[in-house]
Amino acid sequence: MDLILFLAFAAIAVICALSVVLQTHPIASALSLVGVMGALSVLYLLLGAEFIAMVQVIVYAGAVMVLFVFVIMLLNADAESPRSTSAMAKALGLPIFLAFAAVLALAVLRLFPDTPLVRFGEFTGGGPADVGMALFTRYLLPFEVISVLILIAIVGAVVLARKEID
Amino acid sequence: MLDSFIPSWAELLRFMPEIILSLVGSLLVMLEPVTGPKSKSMLGHVAIAGLIVALGATFVAHANPGAAFSSMIVVDGFATFFRVIVFTVGILTIFSSYQYLDREGSNRGEYYALILFSVVGQSVMVVANELIMIFIGLEISSIATYVLAGFLRDDKRNNESAIKYFLLGSFATGFLLYGIALIYGATGTTDLGEVRQAVLQSAEPPVLLLSVAAGLMFIGLGFKVSGAPFQMWTPDVYQGAPTPVTAFMSAGPKAAAFAIFLRIFVTVFESVGDRWEPLIWASALASMTIGNFAALQQKNFKRLLAYSSIAHAGYVLVALTARSEIGTASAMFYLAAYALMNMGAFAVIAHVAGKGETTVDVSDFAGLGAKQPVTAALLTIFMLSLIGVPLTGGFFGKFYIFKAALESKLLWLAILGLLNSAVAAYYYLRVLVVMYMEEPSARTENLEPMPMSLQAALWLPAAGVLFLGIFPSAVLEFASASARLLGQ
Repeated sequence: MDLILFLAFAAIAVICALSVVLQTHPIASALSLVGVMGALSVLYLLLGAEFIAMVQVIVYAGAVMVLFVFVIMLLNADAESPRSTSAMAKALGLPIFLAFAAVLALAVLRLFPDTPLVRFGEFTGGGPADVGMALFTRYLLPFEVISVLILIAIVGAVVLARKEID
Repeated sequence: MLDSFIPSWAELLRFMPEIILSLVGSLLVMLEPVTGPKSKSMLGHVAIAGLIVALGATFVAHANPGAAFSSMIVVDGFATFFRVIVFTVGILTIFSSYQYLDREGSNRGEYYALILFSVVGQSVMVVANELIMIFIGLEISSIATYVLAGFLRDDKRNNESAIKYFLLGSFATGFLLYGIALIYGATGTTDLGEVRQAVLQSAEPPVLLLSVAAGLMFIGLGFKVSGAPFQMWTPDVYQGAPTPVTAFMSAGPKAAAFAIFLRIFVTVFESVGDRWEPLIWASALASMTIGNFAALQQKNFKRLLAYSSIAHAGYVLVALTARSEIGTASAMFYLAAYALMNMGAFAVIAHVAGKGETTVDVSDFAGLGAKQPVTAALLTIFMLSLIGVPLTGGFFGKFYIFKAALESKLLWLAILGLLNSAVAAYYYLRVLVVMYMEEPSARTENLEPMPMSLQAALWLPAAGVLFLGIFPSAVLEFASASARLLGQ
């Protein structure tokens, strides 16, 4: 059961991710991204990270994607025109990617040759209380420093979106 | 567990420079709407004051070394050394920005705030002792720099520069993050010290996974330091960005990225060192060769310095390839000298560039020696230091790097690096020839006198370059003592 759930949602995530890149219309790409986020949240849930799974749905699949879609619609973006890719990128892109994936798979297989499957419910400690505890004790400093990151994102958006240079 | 909830005073003290700069940065954003359009430079003075206070706090923090916040950060000599570099770069950037921003009609408080926040990010990077912390610092520094590169929003070249830097930079960050994820997967922790312990203590260290992680992090960090083969973005971004921002990018974020490069590769990946050494070896050689030979053909001075910055990244990668304490120390010394000489050279360009940066070709500098002899003399010092002529900081920087390479039996890399420096001398000297031997150009004929702020941005690095060239031992001894702390 766990294996079937994992395989199904992992496959959905990969297919949706490919679709994000391959679709020519921005709205279709954005909706595929919702699919990736949703499938990922199920994978988190299988790993026992309930809080992260919920946040993934509410924040990413919900709030962030709604903003994306709004912006795309406001800009009235059309399907992108086909671009010319260099011949080298076309010829080498896929083989290099496959080689990279093979190396990664090999590394993981070597490191964990016969690890048993993760059973649903085996992991605990991904609830809101645990996450909150970690955020405010061990990871207090990164949590605080991220506020600077958000602040510069806002300042940067204001700078780049201002009406005219005075 | 709860006793670590409230940070102690000592911990706050160790993080004080970043706290001060974040507060001053926020203050600037709040002051910006209430200052009149004529007095925006006041905000720059506030930013400089903040940086000087932070510099003081750095020395106070250095007197109380150690880890803080569940060993998220560690204040050691290495961190202090790089903190001083990035704060100094911040001060020099603001000094060279006043005139430039006034000329472009874009003197705004957000500019100074973004510089301060970017410096906070770099400072977090160099004190971080934990991969998540390093990542957050890198993102703060990068995002602020992307915005700064496109600060003159109505300038097409600014837009090109910002969008190229942003797209490629985010892509490279993805690789870095993947590398961090693999390290966590292999060892179950992101704390540099714990990762190192986990690798040393395990009977069968996950060599393959760590090598892949090292490769991925090399891609991410190689982009940030513009080492080959991830250097393609550098000329376009450096050319398009406002000149003071280019100076900032080529010194501050680069030094901080090299700091984490050293910290991660010398501590975490030490055990797989013989795997990544050929990779860095090839990258160092390619960076030096591509940078120097491409620079030979440049007419635009900013583009020339962009290629030269690729070459200089190659020299520092040589020091990293040495994989020794003296290699680390020489890289630290070189980055300090390079930050100073590059800041100075770009300050001269910012002065000559003119409104809209219409005169930034090397030929526009013709006759500078006759018209403004002091400016020309200072630019000469920076160019000689970039070549690596004795009595300048650049000489000892290169000397220590190649010495470290030879001690680690990297004979060929040292020979090819030295040949490369000889090639580099040609294009730096060409600037001097144009400046002193040719008739004044239309630009130098009517060059306005240099304002005080820009003079500070020239004299300070010139003094620093000469100090490093005449009394190198003081700085080098500090660097060597700090390099020993790595890996504890």
